[in-house]
Amino acid sequence: MLELLWLVPAIPFASALLLAVLRFSRKAVAWIAVGSIAASSIVSLLVTVSYLLAPPATNSYTQVLWRWFDVGGLHPDIALYLDPLSLIMVAVVAFVSFLIHLYSTEFMIKDEGYARFFAYMNLFVASMLTLLLADNLLLLYLGWEGVGLCSYLLIGFWYRDAENGLAGRKAFIVTRVGDTALVIGLFLLFYELGTLNIQELMQRASQHWPIGSAAATTAALLLLGGAVGKSAQLPLQTWLPDAMAGPTPVSALIHAATMVTAGVYLIARTHILFSLAPQAQFAIAVIGAATLLMAGFSALTQWDLKRVLAYSTISQIGYMFLALGVGAWPAAIFHFMTHAFFKALLFLGAGIVIQSLGEEHNIFRMGGLRKQLPIAFWTFLIAGLSLAGLPLVTAGAFSKDWILWGALSATHGSAALWAVALVGVLLTSLYTFRMIFLVFFGQAQAKVTRRPGNAMYIPCLVLALLSIVAGYVQGPFARFLDTVLPWNAGVIHAAPITEITSEGIAALVFLLGAYVAYILFLRKPAYAVMLGSSSAGGALHRFWLSDWGMDWLYDRLFVRPLVWLAQVNKNDFIDAFYAGVARINEIAWSVLSRTETGKLRWYAAGIAAGSIVFIAVVLFL
Amino acid sequence: MTAIPMSHGLILGGVLFALGLAGLLMRRNLLFILISLEIMLNGAGVAFVAAGSRWGQPDGQIMFLFILAAAAAEVSVGLALLLRFYRLHNSLDADSTSEMRGR
Repeated sequence: MLELLWLVPAIPFASALLLAVLRFSRKAVAWIAVGSIAASSIVSLLVTVSYLLAPPATNSYTQVLWRWFDVGGLHPDIALYLDPLSLIMVAVVAFVSFLIHLYSTEFMIKDEGYARFFAYMNLFVASMLTLLLADNLLLLYLGWEGVGLCSYLLIGFWYRDAENGLAGRKAFIVTRVGDTALVIGLFLLFYELGTLNIQELMQRASQHWPIGSAAATTAALLLLGGAVGKSAQLPLQTWLPDAMAGPTPVSALIHAATMVTAGVYLIARTHILFSLAPQAQFAIAVIGAATLLMAGFSALTQWDLKRVLAYSTISQIGYMFLALGVGAWPAAIFHFMTHAFFKALLFLGAGIVIQSLGEEHNIFRMGGLRKQLPIAFWTFLIAGLSLAGLPLVTAGAFSKDWILWGALSATHGSAALWAVALVGVLLTSLYTFRMIFLVFFGQAQAKVTRRPGNAMYIPCLVLALLSIVAGYVQGPFARFLDTVLPWNAGVIHAAPITEITSEGIAALVFLLGAYVAYILFLRKPAYAVMLGSSSAGGALHRFWLSDWGMDWLYDRLFVRPLVWLAQVNKNDFIDAFYAGVARINEIAWSVLSRTETGKLRWYAAGIAAGSIVFIAVVLFL
Repeated sequence: MTAIPMSHGLILGGVLFALGLAGLLMRRNLLFILISLEIMLNGAGVAFVAAGSRWGQPDGQIMFLFILAAAAAEVSVGLALLLRFYRLHNSLDADSTSEMRGR
């Protein structure tokens, strides 16, 4: 069954091509788009099952399709590489994408760009699956750029609004900064080690480079740059909140299942390289910790439902980065999986809420939706509890506790990182319950104008189920990943507290956050208003609302100088030269055109003079 | 009998050609322009004959016969054009028209 692997990215790609080239009715478009992702996830399921039943001897399976090119010693194959890590990622991405596609068939039904939307979505999934299954970094980079392109296309999907186009361009350009670092990293790796095949690369890196060597650190930092851009981490996180301009299923697809986790996957995939560069690895942990705090504070102040979720995504990916940075590799991938389920569900729920209220994004104008949209409420609540980490029940609690434990006891773990992650738990709990209380409880402020159908509810119910049960597979999950991403927490250095204590503290912090949110946003909203209207509180609120002034800073630092330069040089000085050449020709023409008089004798004289000059040149020169 | 030196023949041809050219440029009457053209052709013919006798070859005289034939054809066409011109403009002044300018 493993031979079917190539079909996993090929089917969505083929259907994207089909939808882009031919015209179909809406019904046919939905069938082709959803059917292709369904087929792809069924194939990935078959592959998973056959892999689990009979694991290959080397614990990995490589499928070489064809040789891409062969130039100067660089001969990447179009080859797929399957091991427990890519298997888990592919299965999750394919399945969650399928649910989101199913949801979109109804969500987008009134949109005029129905086929275009699904063509982009399919291409997006195909690129992501290529990225995950790539056997070499060049093919991975192809998928990497593919998702970048599709995210640009989808964020700016409603292109008639200039704002959306701007958001799409911002996402593209900001991630491009990271992509540039990544591609330089690829050049460096090829130059130093002579291959781009990931497994060979890791092998050669550990042979040639001692731990902490400059080459390993540089290469690791460059790869980290790419991951930071794609995964919207500090300092390149500014594009993600604006990416909310796209349709809601796109936000679900980008934030939950696909693009933003590409950076996490890249680091996990090349974790041997990062193990060789402890400074670079520690940098991941610091970036992750800083991002999860900053984004958590920003999420507290947002009024747009989707922006709350966007900052929450940044914050949760910060958790994954933290786990990667401290060396708790499987915890990061586990959190990716649970996050894919509950964050996709949160976005789908948000889509239902927003559409039901007639494109209302402001959570302060919602409220009381608990009774009007019961299914949306319960699924959203489950996802929210999973995000905030309701202990013992939800999947998010298991993965977050694992990360917390890793932050304390894994290779690079420390009490400080653990404390930061704990503050993150408080923030997560706070902003999640703020969102839930404001949207679903309290007084109803807006009327539900439209009720979603089954195609939108079924994915929510399935994801709600997964947001709970996914947590119980932690043990088998860790054992399955062990050959690729070993877990050695607690072995390297002893932690001051046990894992159970850590989980207990996290549970208390979760409850504290929920209680504070209950007081501030449901019981006594006056307190929240008072807090916000005090001068210090108001300033802090504005500061966090604007994403810590990052957009303002980048605007002043990069955008404006560049625009200014472009304006100054509008009449390009190089252009002046070419314009001058054209001008000289014009003058010469106007002078010579005077000789065209129509007088016969002038012409004869001209011929005679020309002949004389010609003969003189021939004779005397 | 002493042969006439070639240079004399060439000088005669050159003078005829120059006279013809001068007439072509200075005369305004189209008939005289046509005659000047004939003189230029004959200047060239003299040069051919002189060169042919210098080398003792008949080619020069044959060329002259060709030139005569061409001149005869040219004059017949030229005179026909001249008649048309006269009917159109009621004069033979070459400067009275600038239609070749195209506007």
